[in-house]
Amino acid sequence: MTHIAEPEKLLEKLATDLENLLESRAIEKPLMVGIHTGGAWLAEILHKQLKLEDDLSTLDISFYRDDFSRIGMNPQVKTSSLPPQVEDRHIILVDDVLQTGRTIRAAMNEIFDYGRPASITLACLIERTGRELPIQADVVGQILELNDDEQVKLAGPEPLAWEIKRTGLK
Amino acid sequence: MVNKPTRRTDDLIGQDLWNIQLDDQGRLKHFLTIEGLGTNILNQILDTAESFAGVNESVKKVPLLRGKTIVNLFFEASTRTRTTFELAAKRLSADVLNMNISVSATSKGETLLDTLRNLEAMQTDMFVVRHADSGTAHFIANHVAPHIRVLNAGDGRHAHPTQAMLDMFTIRRNKGADFGKLRVAIVGDIMHSRVARSQIHALNTLNTGEVRVVGPKTLIPKDIESMGVSVFHDLENGIKDADVVIMLRLQKERMSGALLPSEQEYYELYGLTEERFKLAKPDAIVMHPGPINRGVEIESSVADGDRSVILDQVTYGIAVRMAVMSMTLGGNRTAQDQEKK
Repeated sequence: MTHIAEPEKLLEKLATDLENLLESRAIEKPLMVGIHTGGAWLAEILHKQLKLEDDLSTLDISFYRDDFSRIGMNPQVKTSSLPPQVEDRHIILVDDVLQTGRTIRAAMNEIFDYGRPASITLACLIERTGRELPIQADVVGQILELNDDEQVKLAGPEPLAWEIKRTGLK
Repeated sequence: MVNKPTRRTDDLIGQDLWNIQLDDQGRLKHFLTIEGLGTNILNQILDTAESFAGVNESVKKVPLLRGKTIVNLFFEASTRTRTTFELAAKRLSADVLNMNISVSATSKGETLLDTLRNLEAMQTDMFVVRHADSGTAHFIANHVAPHIRVLNAGDGRHAHPTQAMLDMFTIRRNKGADFGKLRVAIVGDIMHSRVARSQIHALNTLNTGEVRVVGPKTLIPKDIESMGVSVFHDLENGIKDADVVIMLRLQKERMSGALLPSEQEYYELYGLTEERFKLAKPDAIVMHPGPINRGVEIESSVADGDRSVILDQVTYGIAVRMAVMSMTLGGNRTAQDQEKK
């Protein structure tokens, strides 16, 4: 299996790349949104490092999942905390692992229920193989080639660590 | 502090094979009564409702149950319960049918089961049932097609579990999640109240410090102590130092015979006046499932006062019903079960 760098290492790279990207896009007051649960941990750290003015927001996409009718309710739904005003805001969406793209699809749908943002920038600590939707990250910590039966998950928040599993499912 | 119930609901989980409310993985399938459900399920309902309360305050509507059809089967009149169930379904993007059965099919001679078969044939997914006879929701849950979910919106004197859960949600929001330090007094017509029965089960399952029932002897069931509550026949002692006072409506429509001398006398003895409410803790809240009878069980200034959370209960009812609907309707378990075979 490919080697994965420590989450802290990847976060440093992600923060630098994100800062450069925001500068090049001339985005000044972005709104950072972390996706529960892993993305929210990362967003908290990034939010501090980038010294963003607006409070950190979090998103639980449980109510927007496309597999709800197959697997049912997530037993631990968290509350989304988007500000009422996302209209015309530049949003940085943060998640730990980008795989199928379905989580990001759901997150974008939820954001649009609050309003029409000016832009959404996607920052992921790991972008792995397995995309099922035309979605890609703007800023990535590390790109990973994994088999379908390999799973990588962020554990945390103290300390952040990668959990790698073989699910045995094809 | 108080005599505990003889059977803790927690002990029964896993052994309760008769409990049709849970599927083979212990997940909520129907919601008919609080009995037989563990602390974990009740807390899951409350936690899920918490995030739906956020939805209600912001986006109002989520796509979770798009394409599902929910039938409100009300054999008994109701405004608050039916409308909040309807709003809950709509805020989950489900389609809603409101059936007022008392004036439709049954009056033409169709049996209940035939009515159900017809509704099933319309590709519906959930029945929300209210009926004046205890056990109707159970009966329906036992007879519907496997993919249909049943929620009890009140059956006779038996149970009103979503009302009890929205009351627990209201208590948790005001008093925190630790029910162990709370003293809760339920006052009034316990005898005819399905709400009180469900509340007592829920409060016990959530390990409430002390649950009291307060009312005249004629309106309190004789064996109520076996449910793990302490009984008071005078209001002053009953609400003394309580954190939560729940007033119940006098259910005159369910009373047969002379259980009460008069409304006036009832108010003199058991009406919650401002003066009496001072006996509860200074930060106590007062609740009422509605509809309230002003001047019969509660003084107007208490019902409208700043420690009254009666209208919050109505608001929270939507979030709690959204939680129960989504927990029971999610996951096409029947299809999964068939795949396994």
